[in-house]
Amino acid sequence: MRFQLQRSWRQALLTASVAVLGAGLAAQAQAGGTLRIAMTASDVPTTTGMPNNGYEGMRFLGYPVFESLTLWDLSSADNLADIRPGLAESWTQNADEPTKWTFKLRKGVAFHDGSPFNADAAIWNLERYYNVDSPQFETQGSAITRARNPNIESWRKIDDHTLEITTNVQLSYFPYLLPYVLFSSPAQFEKVGSDWAAFANNPSGTGPFKITDFKPRISVSLAKNADYWDESRVPKLDGIELYPMPEATTRLSALRSGQVDWIEVPPPDAIPSIKNAGFNIVTNSYPHVWPWVLNMAKEDSPFRDKRVRQAANYCIDRDGMTELLNGTAEPALGFFKKAGAQFGSPENAYGFDPEKAKALLAEAGYGPDKPVQAKVMISTSGSGQMLPLPMNEYLQQTLAQCNIAIDFEVVEWGTMLVAFRNDPTGPQSMGADAMNISLVSSDISQMARWFWSGNMTPNGSNWGHFQNEEFDRLLGEIQVSTDQAEIDTKIARLNEILVDEAPWLWIVHDLNPRAMSDKVTGFVSAQSWFQDFTTVDLE
Amino acid sequence: MEIFILRRVLYAVPILLGVSIVIFGLVQLSPGDVADLLIPPEAPKEVAEQLRQKFGLDRPVYEQYLLWLGNLLQGDLGVSIFSNQPVLGSLTSAIGNTMKLAVPAAILGFALGIILGALAAVGRGGWLDKLLSGIAITGVSLPHYWVGIVLVAIFSVTYNVLPAQGMGPGGVPTGWEQIKHLILPVVTLSLIPMGVVSRLVRASVLEIINQEFITTLHAKGLLSGRVLLHIAKNAAPSVLAVMGLQFGYLLGGSILVETVFNWPGSGNLMNLAIFRRDVPVLSATILALATLFVLINILVDVLQALIDPRMRR
Repeated sequence: MRFQLQRSWRQALLTASVAVLGAGLAAQAQAGGTLRIAMTASDVPTTTGMPNNGYEGMRFLGYPVFESLTLWDLSSADNLADIRPGLAESWTQNADEPTKWTFKLRKGVAFHDGSPFNADAAIWNLERYYNVDSPQFETQGSAITRARNPNIESWRKIDDHTLEITTNVQLSYFPYLLPYVLFSSPAQFEKVGSDWAAFANNPSGTGPFKITDFKPRISVSLAKNADYWDESRVPKLDGIELYPMPEATTRLSALRSGQVDWIEVPPPDAIPSIKNAGFNIVTNSYPHVWPWVLNMAKEDSPFRDKRVRQAANYCIDRDGMTELLNGTAEPALGFFKKAGAQFGSPENAYGFDPEKAKALLAEAGYGPDKPVQAKVMISTSGSGQMLPLPMNEYLQQTLAQCNIAIDFEVVEWGTMLVAFRNDPTGPQSMGADAMNISLVSSDISQMARWFWSGNMTPNGSNWGHFQNEEFDRLLGEIQVSTDQAEIDTKIARLNEILVDEAPWLWIVHDLNPRAMSDKVTGFVSAQSWFQDFTTVDLE
Repeated sequence: MEIFILRRVLYAVPILLGVSIVIFGLVQLSPGDVADLLIPPEAPKEVAEQLRQKFGLDRPVYEQYLLWLGNLLQGDLGVSIFSNQPVLGSLTSAIGNTMKLAVPAAILGFALGIILGALAAVGRGGWLDKLLSGIAITGVSLPHYWVGIVLVAIFSVTYNVLPAQGMGPGGVPTGWEQIKHLILPVVTLSLIPMGVVSRLVRASVLEIINQEFITTLHAKGLLSGRVLLHIAKNAAPSVLAVMGLQFGYLLGGSILVETVFNWPGSGNLMNLAIFRRDVPVLSATILALATLFVLINILVDVLQALIDPRMRR
């Protein structure tokens, strides 16, 4: 009897222990934990709802916290990310007046401060970006937004949940420009004294994460928004800590010593050792090009001759370059990736073919006695620039085999941006015949940005001053078309033109490497500059 | 002595004014203005103009300078063009963070430098002198960002006993959690002052030891301790001058060490401001550091004058 009693005590104790332990583990499993990420940015991106620090800023302090009418679908690793409904459930282009778009806004969405998202809040934000006289005008945020989406002309509230936006030109791909117009809470702005600097310390958006702590140059803390409007995307994590860590070696040390769980862009030469130490390297294709943008405006630029541009494209060893980068890049053969339907069927399939390159150069009047002489502006580092110094030295060596002699003008990133935004023959470009600057290739709107003749610098971002009659005509037709099949066919033709006309030296597409601890689970590496952190969990 | 101090302080005014003009002039020489960098070309010109107006960049340079100086005298350092945050807050936080490294690094570096230098001088020519001089020269010669990386590789990555980067919880370092974040950057930063001070102390002590008055002091029967005191007093002015300079450099924040350890100090802030052409942040940071440098030099001058009355003339 005593034994039985003892046994029952033991059982009870064991059961209680298991129950407590189980509850603890369950609580732990439910808790999700806090993911610590080291970004490559040198500072915490701004937190007013239009982050600076380029697309990395948008990746970490844009979409996780603030949202737009349309959003990127980041749920798949297998296809190029497309847009999906965001704060707008649906949209239509007015058939009679195609510059007008009607958006049905999502009901039941609240900002983190509890105030509702509706047409008034949307209009307040459009005023903030597009009306320089509005009291909430935000100069820095407006500059970034209007550069990415310069086509919004006016807006009108139809009812609380219906909004009409008019564009300055007819633009079939207008919904693709809307993810770059993020919405912040008007109520919170008023609450903090109608001051953007104060708002930055207490921001409020509608996204799946809320900003809970902001320490400039040190860190920013995000917490799960348990009341997020899309129940299927309520974050698994409790929160995210983001640290700016521009130095690759420092990021690597932080990961290896367990100070962070995830680092952006590990140094390629450290990848084998990171893997050996038990960390995971995640890579995936995404719409990024690492090219030389060739200067066709400068009178003595050798790249004014199409044969020279094509010859250079036939004289780079892209496979060797990807080997140099430890497999963190893939060869670029055009603006879009070769595997996608948008690539089309260009006449030129660039490979490493020095003989063909030399033949083209001979036709253009160049040879061993008269090599092509060109100066290329390169940067020491910069957003999306990968490893500019060794990569460019590698190109210099391979191009020399085809009688193309390259000199470099090495500048810091800010100087390059200033040059890229000015005339290619201006003093800012320092006489460069080409510029090595990484650019986005996500969709047709970006293609128009870099290649349309109406976008030549200093009024746009076509730095090389590429101009092609067929390209401009087709782009114009795409802008006014409403037939998606026709649009797709013409986009592929545009890529064919770009491959054959070779306004850029197509070198590599980055594969967006990230290194993370094996505790990190559930991450889907979307084919995009942006990522979804709601699926991520920590074991 | 009061007149001496007043004179030194008054000398600082034209120096700081000159520094402010040089800073403003140099920033203007960099290619492109901040609007070129911040505002992409697709953004309408009105936004660029608004930004230029907001920060007074559309005015002539001399007006911009006078406006900046006027605001400065009222304690208004302006607003960062990039982050839209007040410069004063960023600057005080950055200098505070650098102080957390500079003060212990200076104490460690100077203490070790004095001890090693004095021991080397006492054992002149012997194995101890060679060993300690070797340590001092190594401290000065090694690139300290490299030393930082090696220390991180050993103590953070391999043994995982100290953090690789960052300040941890921040605040005044009182607990182990904060102190452990200080150890590696402080040791790294202390190497150069340790080496420089050690070499100087050794040279000064040797020079003084060979002077006749030291022989006289020994002949008069003074105890070694008293003689050492005389040696220290005579060596102090030159050592203090170098220590002042070294502390000034430490307060400037080492861009490289702060980068390796991801430490948000004044070097880090200045580096960011340079790359962003963030004129208000850059101008205020350089001027604040120059002011600190001048103040430290005044303090050193006063200390030297207190120790050696000949300096007051």
